[in-house]
Amino acid sequence: MSKPLLSIEGLTVDLPASADRPHALEGMDLVIGQREVVCLVGESGSGKSVTAQAVLGLLPPGRLTVSGGAIHYGGRDLLKLSPLELRRLRGARISMIFQEPMAALNPVVTVGHQIAEAIRAHEPMGKAALHDRIEKLLAMVGLPDPPLLRKAYPHNLSGGQRQRVMIAMALSLSPDLLIADEPTTALDVTTQMQILQLLKQIQQQREMGILFITHDFGVVTEIADRVAVLRQGHKVEEGTTREVLTAPQHPYTKALIAAVPRLTTTQRAGIPADAPTVLGTKGLVKTYGLSGNFLRRSRQVRAVDGVSISIRRGETLGIVGESGSGKSTLARLIVRLYKPDAGAIDFQGVDLATLGRADLRPYRRRVQMVFQDPFGSLNPRWTVGDIIASGPVIQGVSKQKALSRAAELLELVGLERTALPRFPHEFSGGQRQRIGIARALAVEPELLVADEPVSALDVSVQAQVLKLLDDIRHRLSLAMLLITHDLRVAAQVCDRIAVMHRGKVVEYGSTVDLFTRPQHAYTQQLIGSIPGRDWLEAEAGPPAARPAVSGSKPTART
Amino acid sequence: MHNRGAVAGAVVLLLVVIMAILAPVFFPASPWDMVGAPLQPPGSPDLLLGSDMLGRNIASGIAYGARVSLVIGLVSALVAVVIGVTVGALAGYFGGMVDDALMRITEFFQTIPGFVLLIVLVALFSPSVVSIVVAIGLVSWTPIARIVRGEFMSLRTREFVQAAILMGESNLRIILRQILPNALSPVIVSGSLLVGTSILLESALSFLGLGDPNMMSWGYMIGAARTVIRLAWWMSVFPGLAIVLTVLALNLVGDGLNEALSPRMSRKVQA
Repeated sequence: MSKPLLSIEGLTVDLPASADRPHALEGMDLVIGQREVVCLVGESGSGKSVTAQAVLGLLPPGRLTVSGGAIHYGGRDLLKLSPLELRRLRGARISMIFQEPMAALNPVVTVGHQIAEAIRAHEPMGKAALHDRIEKLLAMVGLPDPPLLRKAYPHNLSGGQRQRVMIAMALSLSPDLLIADEPTTALDVTTQMQILQLLKQIQQQREMGILFITHDFGVVTEIADRVAVLRQGHKVEEGTTREVLTAPQHPYTKALIAAVPRLTTTQRAGIPADAPTVLGTKGLVKTYGLSGNFLRRSRQVRAVDGVSISIRRGETLGIVGESGSGKSTLARLIVRLYKPDAGAIDFQGVDLATLGRADLRPYRRRVQMVFQDPFGSLNPRWTVGDIIASGPVIQGVSKQKALSRAAELLELVGLERTALPRFPHEFSGGQRQRIGIARALAVEPELLVADEPVSALDVSVQAQVLKLLDDIRHRLSLAMLLITHDLRVAAQVCDRIAVMHRGKVVEYGSTVDLFTRPQHAYTQQLIGSIPGRDWLEAEAGPPAARPAVSGSKPTART
Repeated sequence: MHNRGAVAGAVVLLLVVIMAILAPVFFPASPWDMVGAPLQPPGSPDLLLGSDMLGRNIASGIAYGARVSLVIGLVSALVAVVIGVTVGALAGYFGGMVDDALMRITEFFQTIPGFVLLIVLVALFSPSVVSIVVAIGLVSWTPIARIVRGEFMSLRTREFVQAAILMGESNLRIILRQILPNALSPVIVSGSLLVGTSILLESALSFLGLGDPNMMSWGYMIGAARTVIRLAWWMSVFPGLAIVLTVLALNLVGDGLNEALSPRMSRKVQA
């Protein structure tokens, strides 16, 4: 390890009395050497962001308080600095990039002006010199046409470009420590890979130290020199990336690593060749009109542009694509939340595409959906029992019968019957997603459309929910359409995959073929951008029996 | 309850309600009856708050007036909430043409000065408790409609509503059972504030002589007292105090409800 740049010693941060545990962080030790990238890995609530906030003195006042420890930087204890001294360090010596580039940039100020503000706060300089410096920074982070971009507003830029601007801003005063809090989590895989490469490259050029916070071991392998694993405020393991990945010591680390979806497509009991097609689409089109005004001409965006796919009974079809590819629109067209502009949806001889609201009703039950957001997809004012029973009740089943069926379904999805009279807010994200699955299953659908069912969940919970979906599909011989942005997820449970790009299906075939012989350039790019691909491939072999992650027992939170 | 203001408001409100219910017990005679000498100051025998120029008991008038004020306040707020929720829910849920049409109607009511419209309506239908209640409801539903429309517009895009559509639930069921319970807390808060506003509107109408002629009301008492305000201050001050205290209490309770029900505030308490 090189000379320490930042050393955190015995840092303890208290949570308010009403929280579920006394400390957000307890006795945290961490050293970041010069020119070293240290990854802090953990699931939500592990205290990784709190660590970053404590270093920068950004803990929410009144809620989180440091009750012990020290943070040494440049011979001083950051915890003992006055607000003014801390402000001189922040941005200049230690800077930070955040997860949401849109939220971190001011939408009504040009990009150049925002960087200028950051520079001027520490180093007064003339206008020409300032502009020159900003343009150099923008060029350094790989943005095209810096003079033009300097005058752009955040909404003119894509997510990846915004994150590059954030990086330019963070680097504007040549800090020697950069704290990056999940900087790529909100980005598409291909963009994520570019940003990771950019960070690594700049880190080497500038000889910075980076404290990189992430929940994704794939990302860790791409960037980290050393890794520290956090769990519920405690550091459970620390070591070089190689050590931790190849020989994890703590069971939690092992479980986390095991939970990373493997690229190896698991051996699947093939679908019988004569399995009937449940649903097929032909040339499905959905156009969104952006209405114009006197300044701007109205234009049309083809969100879904001539998509033809088919799903057979007992099969899982994955729809993979980045944001804006039209995959979620496609899902909503198939379940007929949206009405397609052209094309057909053939559901066992009936064209669902043209049916009106009333005519659709008998088919609603047979095509169900599992939603992405475990917090938004359950009515907060309804009990779990009412939520699951609502479908059958509408179909005319008696309330009592529907509730007893709901209890059975809860057990099927791995929850306890006692969950029936409780409200959704008493459950964790993964548990809510199970409730959402039970609701969809309650009406005995033939096709289950799952729209990013695991993207809002922690990795270890992701693996469980995916396994549950796969199990259920198998047991009830459902057809399943899985919408995901994550190829690793698709690799795990899909029989076939359709890759979508700008509203079109660019590649469509069996999972094995797609991963071993990707045909389309975009598919190749997607596969190449999977974080930690080298590591995952090196590991190879079918994943062994996975150790259960503790804390995952599906009981209601209290 | 951490909010002292709301507790105080609730206590005052409770007293007013008790006074309204027990009015015939305390004052068996009608408040219109002449029970003593005219223009007696407060503290005279049997006339705690004095008498008016016809010798009617002011205290009795206030007690009976509480009934009118509370009934009119509550019922007209209810009328306003029913109209507002209906219009707002339909506009927010269906959007498009329905929304446009309903919002133009809402704007029509918003652009006309409320009190002028109120006077016109009451004068048109001749003053009675029913016409006053309906008229107050008609001039005060617009803010409720706007609030409910906003809530519905954001709630209808939530995934649990999409899930309900996929279950084949009817629009009516989705509006009533799925969305409305989630949109109700701001309605309850503005509804409770509306009760206070309605009491004020009724008092103003009665002051102008447009109240129900068969009901003793606080506004009427102040209106009748204005010619003798220099001779008999108690005739206008006590009914005035009754209005101030009741409306203040309602507002305090409304604020308390707001704090208790609004998600942002309650999150602050949880954290």
